[in-house]
Amino acid sequence: MDILVVQVLNSIFYASILFLIAAGLSLIYGVMRIVNLAHGSFYALGAYVTAWTIGTAAAGAPISLMFLLLPAGALVVAAAGAVIEPTLLRPLYKRPEEYQLLITFALLLILEDVMHFVFGGMPLTAGVIMDATGQMRVMGLAYPVYNLVVIGIGIAAAVFLWAIIYRTKFGVMLRATSQDRRMASALGINVGRVYVQAFALGCFMAGLGGAIVVPSQAAQLGMGVDALVMAFVVVVIGGLGSLEGALIGALLVSFVRTAGIQFFPEVELAALYLIAAVVLVIRPTGLFFVRSA
Amino acid sequence: MGKFIASAFDRSLTRLLAWMLPVLALLLLVPVLTSPYQTQLFTYGLTFAIAALGFNLLLGYTGLLSFGHSAYFGLGAYSAAFMVRYFGIGSMELYLLGGVVITALVSAVFGYICVRHTKIFFAILALALSQVLWTLAYKFFWVTGGTDGIRVPFGSLTLLGGLIEFKGRGAYQSFVQHYYYYVLFLFCICTVLMWVIVHSPFGKALQAIRDNETRAQFLGIRIRPYRWFAFLISGTFTGLAGVLWVPLNGLVTPDILYWPFSGEIVFMTVLGGFRNFTGPIIGAITFNYLKAYAVASTQYWQFLLGFVLLVLVLALPTGLVGAGAQIVAKFRARWAAARRKEVVT
Repeated sequence: MDILVVQVLNSIFYASILFLIAAGLSLIYGVMRIVNLAHGSFYALGAYVTAWTIGTAAAGAPISLMFLLLPAGALVVAAAGAVIEPTLLRPLYKRPEEYQLLITFALLLILEDVMHFVFGGMPLTAGVIMDATGQMRVMGLAYPVYNLVVIGIGIAAAVFLWAIIYRTKFGVMLRATSQDRRMASALGINVGRVYVQAFALGCFMAGLGGAIVVPSQAAQLGMGVDALVMAFVVVVIGGLGSLEGALIGALLVSFVRTAGIQFFPEVELAALYLIAAVVLVIRPTGLFFVRSA
Repeated sequence: MGKFIASAFDRSLTRLLAWMLPVLALLLLVPVLTSPYQTQLFTYGLTFAIAALGFNLLLGYTGLLSFGHSAYFGLGAYSAAFMVRYFGIGSMELYLLGGVVITALVSAVFGYICVRHTKIFFAILALALSQVLWTLAYKFFWVTGGTDGIRVPFGSLTLLGGLIEFKGRGAYQSFVQHYYYYVLFLFCICTVLMWVIVHSPFGKALQAIRDNETRAQFLGIRIRPYRWFAFLISGTFTGLAGVLWVPLNGLVTPDILYWPFSGEIVFMTVLGGFRNFTGPIIGAITFNYLKAYAVASTQYWQFLLGFVLLVLVLALPTGLVGAGAQIVAKFRARWAAARRKEVVT
């Protein structure tokens, strides 16, 4: 029983991170119809920047300051996104989607080595935060408080994103652009600006995912490539372009994965990819696809 | 069919052969003119060229971008490795037979699933299926050796049904030389075969589907079976390349099943240009040199490759062969214009 509670908490922790990555991926696809292969690398970049800021640049600072510095990674990634969209992606919107996929693949290769060059080959951690927040007892078992913080941030991010998309003027413009780009443009929406903002917001989500994961596990090379395929599985199950789908998908993947590691570790990953493949075959638009999203 | 092949040989293929013969002569001289290392490097390039040729039947001729072709390359490679590890087989011909049969079967199944979709969903579905194979190779380490992989030493390899072996002194040099001709022979067969396929009525139908699916359907082309068959051929070619790659590399690891390797196959094809028949061949050989020298000269070779791809997509979308053809066409037009002027004056 106590193990079960801890495992459920672990699943939700993992789902929070996955949701942040997948929601960004889904948002970018929903608005500009680009499948961003570099999205995992944005997540890794967020992790590296936060780990470097907290672990190296601000080493020895009071813990409250460190908490304030936690979103540094997310902000840097959002800024990077705001530069990348107009310079690299915009020239390609009129070309076939193969080229868009390829340019994000090029970006992935470049970002992997930029991180290698800037932050070195050794893993970086922001473990101080994890240590400072201490542990609590869950049904008699020690459980790190920080994991609950991550779950809280995940829930807050989901609510925040939902509010932006469905309750603000920017959200209306975003949805209008995603449904019909030319019509939105004809109605006076600055589509170019919406694209930059949407891409930066999607990158921010991925960067935030990396930033909050890094106190509990180290930022290392290759983490982006691994995260991307997991995020793919999530958005495929939930439906590309759907926010609710990303949430449900992230929860589903996390629970299957946690159960898999517990009961059938060999085929845990294969099972996830198979689920994604089956969903694609039965409902290619995802389980929770809404036409208007 | 026979009449068609005859006519295809009559026209385009003979013209291609006239152009290709000097190239072929040069290719035959590679092991004589260069060091064993260079020969081996070029052999790698030829195996990748076969893979890219197969891949391009889907991307260039059918208009389907697969981000999961590492699956078939890896499957070919692992079939050969399993034959070594579990049955002690050393015959290259048996590897080829086994690898081709297995990749054909798997790509038939995967293809059947994938061709129900197009565009991005096709790409992601192909990727998801290839990742299933990757996780199996990665996790079932007691079968596949996990990340340590499976060794396939050339010392126990025999070519042409045991006629050629590599033992004793100078085994490596002998292997490199003989194996080069072996791969070159198969490369030529694959190239001619693919040429015939894309110029056959079947190939033309694929191109019609690529250009306008609805019109092709009105003409009575059954789209899904055609795409499925193209997928099957494409996967099998790539699988054959995987088998040929194994003895050269001496080791199979799950890396060749991981999705970034699929990205490399796409890269090669786009580098050469996917709207040309020769594009993937030139692209694969160039990519192989590019990667080999980038890896040898800098720790940050991925950056270099990424940068090249970026420039390619933004500035040279038709690839090397496409850009070359454009330059040639430009000069021809200028030359023709100059000659016309001469005639007038």
